[in-house]
Amino acid sequence: MTQVKDLTDPSRRKFVGASVGVTGAMLIGPGIFLHQVAQAKPDAEAVTDKVRWGMLVDTNKCATGCDDCVNACAKENGWANEKGPDEVKVQWMRKVDLKEKSTGREASLPVMCQHCEKPPCVDVCPTGASFKREDGIVLVDKHICIGCRYCMMACPYKARSFVHSPVENHDDYMPRGMGVVESCTFCVHLVDKDKSPACVTSCKEKALLFGDLNNKNSEIAIRVAKENSRQIRQDLKTNPGVRYQGI
Amino acid sequence: MKRIIYEEIEGKSRAFIKLAAALLGLIVIALSAAYYMEHNGHIVTGMNNQIVWGIPHVFAIFLIVAASGALNVASISSVFGKTAYKPLAPLSGLVAIALLMGGLSILVLDLGRPDRLIVAMTHYNFSSIFAWNMIFYNGFIAIVIVYLWMLMEGRFNKYSRQVGIAAFIWRLMLTTATGSIFGFLVAREAYDAAIMAPMFIVLSFSIGLAIFLLVLYAAYQWTERPIGMATIKRLKNLLGVFVAAVMFLVAIFHLTNLYAAEHESVEHFMLSGSGYAFIFWVFQIGLGSILPLIYFYHPNFKDDVRFMLRGAGLVLLGGFSQVYVIVIGGQAYPLELFPGYEVTSSFYDGEIASYIPSFPEILLGIGGIAIAGFIVLFAVKLLKFLPTSLADEDVDPHYRHKN
Repeated sequence: MTQVKDLTDPSRRKFVGASVGVTGAMLIGPGIFLHQVAQAKPDAEAVTDKVRWGMLVDTNKCATGCDDCVNACAKENGWANEKGPDEVKVQWMRKVDLKEKSTGREASLPVMCQHCEKPPCVDVCPTGASFKREDGIVLVDKHICIGCRYCMMACPYKARSFVHSPVENHDDYMPRGMGVVESCTFCVHLVDKDKSPACVTSCKEKALLFGDLNNKNSEIAIRVAKENSRQIRQDLKTNPGVRYQGI
Repeated sequence: MKRIIYEEIEGKSRAFIKLAAALLGLIVIALSAAYYMEHNGHIVTGMNNQIVWGIPHVFAIFLIVAASGALNVASISSVFGKTAYKPLAPLSGLVAIALLMGGLSILVLDLGRPDRLIVAMTHYNFSSIFAWNMIFYNGFIAIVIVYLWMLMEGRFNKYSRQVGIAAFIWRLMLTTATGSIFGFLVAREAYDAAIMAPMFIVLSFSIGLAIFLLVLYAAYQWTERPIGMATIKRLKNLLGVFVAAVMFLVAIFHLTNLYAAEHESVEHFMLSGSGYAFIFWVFQIGLGSILPLIYFYHPNFKDDVRFMLRGAGLVLLGGFSQVYVIVIGGQAYPLELFPGYEVTSSFYDGEIASYIPSFPEILLGIGGIAIAGFIVLFAVKLLKFLPTSLADEDVDPHYRHKN
């Protein structure tokens, strides 16, 4: 994660601190205020587009049947405890097993929000609740999401989930609520503290690499420059921040 | 042709009170269903994270599309100057507003957070077709109210043509935007087609007119006011043209897709390999398009008012089925993230999604229709929407006495 640390622009923190302070003053659910987070250290500056956070998934290392990354995501962000049948359950991240029809070759890989440069979910959101930060992270502002699900219709990656039942025991840093849409945040709360997303740190095979695609000296930028990698639904030209190797 | 006299309906009969009570009952049930869904979450519906828009959206889109089409009768009179349609113009505008309000009510009550409606009204993302639609829908109601005012206030009649043209252009934009909700969805194979916008426009012509015809006939039968066959037949013949036009665009849509190898699989799904194919062929095409055309034009049926009404009812069945197939069928077909691969996951990648509407959702949808019905019922009681007579000799400019 050295490249993450080196490149972190401390200015982002002030912005995050300020924006969390403002939103913290708003009621996000019955009786829930973000007081604790509102007092986070206000020493950061604005997020800038000098950084483009991205992830490289090496499917050659990603083991079929292993879902450590998915479990780590669920634990970190507090999802997967919803009631009801599987069809309605929230999945910010999932493992997809592939078998090439013509050759029979198999692969396994995680799919989550691809943090597109041109995200269809952001285009279609009527209220602007779906938004992209300057550093490329695509998020849902849960204060202004009205739960129309148009973003879910528009997402080419099936990356978003609608919360169908009441949510209990969510963490202050990841407020959740029934009736709104959620998806992978690249663990923005960790990234803003110079840490890697939970899925990346949980992967024993080191199949996931997180970093700044804009910094030519970062490991991820060096690898995508030298090694072959592709994006899912490259034809749509949404330019996802997540790239895959070995498929 | 005599001067047209508009009058409120009396609205004191037992049948009127029964109908009003029934509609009100349905609205109360729908509101209770919406409260139940809002309180427990969408887990009590048949919708899930695969089929995210369900039967409420089918009802809502059906009503919203029909709303713009119901205005057509007024447009034919004001924009295209056909005097035979003039007496029908006020009711046409009223039905249009009522249908739109019914559809919008469903849409709002199905939101995950209906309590945040104020957010939707104060936060606009102008790259969203949905945000545009909110402006189109509210604007439509405003323009049509002004249009009705111009039509119904004698002093302002001279402005009705200008406002009518504005309303006509506005309604075309509205339906274009409604069709584009799907047309602009590049992610899903069943959508992502520019033809969605004109298809929705022509669909609006057909279902809007079918609803109008049924409402008109019912209003005159129940109030025992005279209505001539010329009026009904004229509307019926026009409806037949619209039904054929919808079929044409549907055929072009599927033929274009069938030509491209990339869409073979989704076309197979929509046309032969699923329950949606059954709904398409039997309800949308067979019962909802071909049978009405037979009723409207076959010499054995074409002059029988019962078959005209049945035909209009079947057109509604066909239109509803079409919206169902587009909305639900289009989502049921899996997103193709990895062309050339078989895929499996815990999130149903590569699988046909299943959806069974639950009772609360259906009741909410029916409530939307009841809201539209209730608005029409009370408006015709309170204001002068309906001519006292639509008998041929009173309204038909081409009427000749048969000796």
